[in-house]
Amino acid sequence: MSRKTLAAAFPYTLPVLMGYLSIGIVFGWMMAAIGYAPTWAAAMSAAIYAGSGQYLGVDLLANATPLADVAFLTLIINFRHLVYGLSMLEKFKGMGWRKLYMIFSLTDETYALLAGVHPPEGVDEKGFYFSIAVLDHLYWIGGSVLGAVAGSLITINTEGIDFAMTALFIVIAVEQWRSARQHLPALLGAGVTVVCLLLLGQENGRFLIPALVLMIILLLVLRPSLERSDKTDEKGVDSV
Amino acid sequence: MTPLRAAAAIAVMAAVTFLTRALPFLLFGRKGNPPRVVLYLGKYLPAAVIAMLIVYCFRSVNFQAAGNWAPAFIAGAAVAVLHIWKRNNLLSIVGGTILYMVLVQAVF
Repeated sequence: MSRKTLAAAFPYTLPVLMGYLSIGIVFGWMMAAIGYAPTWAAAMSAAIYAGSGQYLGVDLLANATPLADVAFLTLIINFRHLVYGLSMLEKFKGMGWRKLYMIFSLTDETYALLAGVHPPEGVDEKGFYFSIAVLDHLYWIGGSVLGAVAGSLITINTEGIDFAMTALFIVIAVEQWRSARQHLPALLGAGVTVVCLLLLGQENGRFLIPALVLMIILLLVLRPSLERSDKTDEKGVDSV
Repeated sequence: MTPLRAAAAIAVMAAVTFLTRALPFLLFGRKGNPPRVVLYLGKYLPAAVIAMLIVYCFRSVNFQAAGNWAPAFIAGAAVAVLHIWKRNNLLSIVGGTILYMVLVQAVF
């Protein structure tokens, strides 16, 4: 990664810099609020590197969640990464040892950047992608540490700061709702989960496992009709 | 939670997160396209999962007293309205969280 490639990549990452600093600061502050030193926030951001996953992680640490449940909840919250990888199979080819890091660092924001940008003339393509990934990761760690330090220095009543996780999920849901053609999956997810919560109770979030299984079954049952109306929609858009 | 348990939980989160990112490369890196049913679930399941996680966040709400449900519902609605209106992640998240903190600390 030469200085030139890094300098070429930097301007493209500015939106992520703003986003990661702010979301990272809130994450670090939440960690401070449950009594963890800044090194913990830094270690999590370096090793896990997942926004919504780490917000959930704060909740899991605060509730001393059993490891099996930690694994399950992390798995389902990060399920969407599966889709990102699928569309990066070609892009990461031939990156050698850097490919492993590219896969590790494939967050929502880095994915969005990599999917949309092309290196300027004369800049090494693979080095450019790698620089973007490294810069984004540094912003995330930086924001987390800033928030954790601020949270441990400034002693205000932080009761309720854990709501940031709820707020983040609502923001993601609003974004998804706006870009989705089909709203049935989101409604289905909410409905099925509410039913499972009412039937099974909330202890350790175990109602999530049957909810997820039920959701997948229903989505598979609904597949013919969802795919059909998706096609109809595409035709409708084309003809406009 | 002992530091060792916390470190173990973080290691599990890191390993599972990496796994979800690496899986497509492990499964489909060498040979052609993934099955269409995987693509289908990959397209529609994330929206359902996010909706599920929002319900998860509201899991300890109950209706025995206003203080047990009103702050979460008011602040949650505020986040949605703010985000539809301004579409600024930081404003929606920080604004909603501060509102919630004020509600639980000073109002209810």
